[in-house]
Amino acid sequence: MAENPQRSGHARPLSPHLTIWRWQVTMLSSIMHRATGMALSGGAIVLAWWLVSVSNGSEGYDSFMVYAAMPLGLLVLFGFTWSFAFHFCNGIRHLAWDLGYGFNKHTASKTGFLVFALSFLIAIAAFALVWTGNAGYLQ
Amino acid sequence: MKSAQTPLHKVQGMGASHSGTGHFWRERVTAVALIPLSLWFAYAMLGLAGASEPAILNFLSLPWNALLMATFAAISAYHMGLGIQVVIDDYVHAAGTKILLLLLVRAVVIALIGTCVFALIRIAS
Repeated sequence: MAENPQRSGHARPLSPHLTIWRWQVTMLSSIMHRATGMALSGGAIVLAWWLVSVSNGSEGYDSFMVYAAMPLGLLVLFGFTWSFAFHFCNGIRHLAWDLGYGFNKHTASKTGFLVFALSFLIAIAAFALVWTGNAGYLQ
Repeated sequence: MKSAQTPLHKVQGMGASHSGTGHFWRERVTAVALIPLSLWFAYAMLGLAGASEPAILNFLSLPWNALLMATFAAISAYHMGLGIQVVIDDYVHAAGTKILLLLLVRAVVIALIGTCVFALIRIAS
């Protein structure tokens, strides 16, 4: 009888085989969907923090803005903006798959590239709108 | 033998997870609900970028805006819990740690919804 591979003492490779597969855009978009989802969990906590700070009056709001206006704060906000755009676009891609559309290998690669391009475009456009003074239309 | 499932198990349709396709389905339903809510949220966040505190208070105290923000926060938090559960199911295999983390995620989801809704009520009143 063959030796039980579980008991041979060797560390056997576990799926997903990230170290041996050639990177594909479909693979990266799948990983990034999960990663941006986890990042947006942090975003949800920041959203709650923002709402609480607004509810605490001007002093409370200033205490939030001190962090949000820092270079690191802006970088984190850009990260949330891109994560939001990516998870939104790629989520629609996933829903299309759930309905049976776009499963063709080349279609899936094309929509993968499209989602990356679109999400960066949206995030950069959002920050550009703010910096050129075209945002803030609700005040 | 065609199937390892007992007839009862097959009728219940619950599978190895004991919850059937419930988790999968709730993840999709919340995802679909979040499409229009996210578009509104993006519109609101861009519109409030750089706004003064009274302007934000004014916007969030309008009933429709408060309702939409509360709904967005609640469904987002719920969708977040479903997503993190999948990550835990995938990577955490020690039973004790797994249950502890799943309970923690549920607690965070409830705390997030409660905090956001309470803050919005405070803002509106």
